[in-house]
Amino acid sequence: MTTVTRRNVLKGGAAVVGGMAGILATGRAPAYAQATTVHWLRWTDFVPASDQLLRNEIAKEGEKALGIKLNIETINANDIQARVTSAIQSGSGPDVVCVLNNWGQLYGESVADVSDLAEALGKSQGGFYETSRAVANDGKKWIAVPWCIVGLQIAYRKSWFAEIGYTDGKFPQTWEEYREAGKKLKAKGRPIGQTLGHTFGDAPAFAYPYLWSWGGKEVEADGKTVVLNSPATVESVKFMVAFWKDAHDEGGLAWDDSNNNRAFLSGTCSATLNGASIYIEALRKPDTYKTEAGGQLKDDILHAALPKGPGGQFSYHVPFSNLLMGYSKNQDAAKKFLGWIHSKDVYDKWFVSQKGFSVGPTTDWEKHKLWGDDPIMLPYKQAARTGRFAGYQGPSTRKAAEVVTKYIIIDMYAKAVQGMPAEDAVKWAEAELKKVYV
Amino acid sequence: MAISAVSATTLREAPPPRRQRLLEDERWLAFVLLVPTIALLGMFIAYPFIRGILLSVTNSRVGMPGDFVGLANFYKIFNDGIFRTSVYNTFLYTGVTTVFKLALGLWLAMLLNRNFRGKAFTRAFILLPFIIPTVLSTFAWKWMFDPTFSVLNWLLYHFGLITGRINWLGDPDLAMISIIVVNIWRGVPFFAISLLAGLQTISPELNEAAAIDGAKPWQRFWHITWPLLLPVTMVVVLFSVIQTFADFQIVYVMTGGGPANATHLFATYAYQIGIGTGLLSEGAAISLAMFPVLFLVVIIQLLYIRRVEVR
Repeated sequence: MTTVTRRNVLKGGAAVVGGMAGILATGRAPAYAQATTVHWLRWTDFVPASDQLLRNEIAKEGEKALGIKLNIETINANDIQARVTSAIQSGSGPDVVCVLNNWGQLYGESVADVSDLAEALGKSQGGFYETSRAVANDGKKWIAVPWCIVGLQIAYRKSWFAEIGYTDGKFPQTWEEYREAGKKLKAKGRPIGQTLGHTFGDAPAFAYPYLWSWGGKEVEADGKTVVLNSPATVESVKFMVAFWKDAHDEGGLAWDDSNNNRAFLSGTCSATLNGASIYIEALRKPDTYKTEAGGQLKDDILHAALPKGPGGQFSYHVPFSNLLMGYSKNQDAAKKFLGWIHSKDVYDKWFVSQKGFSVGPTTDWEKHKLWGDDPIMLPYKQAARTGRFAGYQGPSTRKAAEVVTKYIIIDMYAKAVQGMPAEDAVKWAEAELKKVYV
Repeated sequence: MAISAVSATTLREAPPPRRQRLLEDERWLAFVLLVPTIALLGMFIAYPFIRGILLSVTNSRVGMPGDFVGLANFYKIFNDGIFRTSVYNTFLYTGVTTVFKLALGLWLAMLLNRNFRGKAFTRAFILLPFIIPTVLSTFAWKWMFDPTFSVLNWLLYHFGLITGRINWLGDPDLAMISIIVVNIWRGVPFFAISLLAGLQTISPELNEAAAIDGAKPWQRFWHITWPLLLPVTMVVVLFSVIQTFADFQIVYVMTGGGPANATHLFATYAYQIGIGTGLLSEGAAISLAMFPVLFLVVIIQLLYIRRVEVR
């Protein structure tokens, strides 16, 4: 048994006082107390298995391989911007933040330059998709490392569309056809489910490509001249008003990104633009989600791209990218971690856990054997190739990000659906855009 | 006599140390005792307030300190349609909810002031909406008003009161009504319990005497209860107006300011612009636009309370 003497206590006390003085002088914890921790803030994934994988396996492997402790924090995607803003303003917070859309452009001055890492990643994995580059590069440098792209396709009920003539997995090819199909389905109590609410994913992913497909656009290629108020945009708004009334679940004006999942899985809507999370959930619980005939819902789901308009056929898939925060005191460790987690072997595990919900940020991931596993997921495989991004025809700059976060394009359609004349809704949106693009 | 003389001599010869003298000075002591409060108020009220003002006159964005731009942000927001909608919404939301909270709260307080079995339990039960964390209870309301799975719609449909679905949160007017309902539900207990406390300070003898003189219940309320309850009522209304005017949680959770900005209030719009979009100075300007209104409300009400008390 060790005897605690007064002398020992005094010695220990002196050591502590001396140590504290050292810590205060250097502003750092002593070496023996430091376990380099990288704090990674992410959204709560719509594929829960991926979050479990990150926490239970990848974090442990990272600690072993890099000697870095990984602190993964997941929050509601809607709250990420608030967290980033407060972290930047206070100069402390997560070392790495995984942001959606082109939000990274809002924080360009407050993040570390990760060009070396991003360039190397792009070169070694087949090159980035345009979407990945648009949101993570400010034209001069890489402000984020592209992480993935969540493909958005229309999930639809195969049997219900077959009942109205779209047999053998066919799907309406134009907006007119989609409206007619939706009209028939709504008459049967099976409307199309689409959000025009203030949501980060499904609403912009529907409203932007819809606008482009009619020939409308936010700005010219110079990224400054607002050209929204065009006959094409007005036509798109007029069509939307009728389309909404004829074919949609009108509650969609208040839907968030999870409402359509619930509506589809409960058999309340027949088609909805979404990531593959509906299908993945139906796969996960085949005996929970059933069709009205008693079959498994997973066998009655197919995916299709958004229809064509007079201006062409477009899509908007939601990219994710990792910001290495400028205030981080662990930049070297965080960079090491980002390089490691993007390496093919490590990223592969996470990619597989997504089951196709996300595609990689680079084209190499299209070659993955995962795409041979399930033909229902095949439309997601190359979806990222057709994606344009917010701010089109200009670059996806901070101003374009501001337009996204103010929901201006979405609200233009929502206002018209609520009764504002199409011309007035477009004028309103144009005026809002001009305030941003001054 | 001898002792007194000695003491007087001792006092004259050895004056108390300076620190002791300062503590015996009432004005100085009062200042010392007030210092912690002043420090706290300075840190948590004055500093953020001044910081907000300084921020609102710059073009600061997240991560960028910005330059002085004078009143440009205020000019910008006063020309912003969404801001004007937010102003209208905030006044409507505060006005309607305050009237209902006062009326229902007073009615409840009068009921709770009576003697009945289970009085204590009922009083505690009434407080529930006020006790439950706002975000939690608002999520429950959100589910009740859900555009697709609304339990309210289900009930109304099954009672034969509606044939189609009511789009509670998707229709601009109904969305506003929905958030007003939730605010009233949450605020009524505060009014009820505070007014009940006020009612209990009124001597029952006054009412009894009036009743003997032939005053009817309504007359007794109007000429005895209401005037005596007025100071408490004014304080409760003051607190409620300030809280409701700056309300954030209910709207943020229920509608996020939608559909198409139809339910934005000052606070939610300031949050979207300042925190969401990172336009800190504009967000600060929106927040500060609330200040003159609230300041005026506080001044008028405090003056009124003082007049009532003096009377």
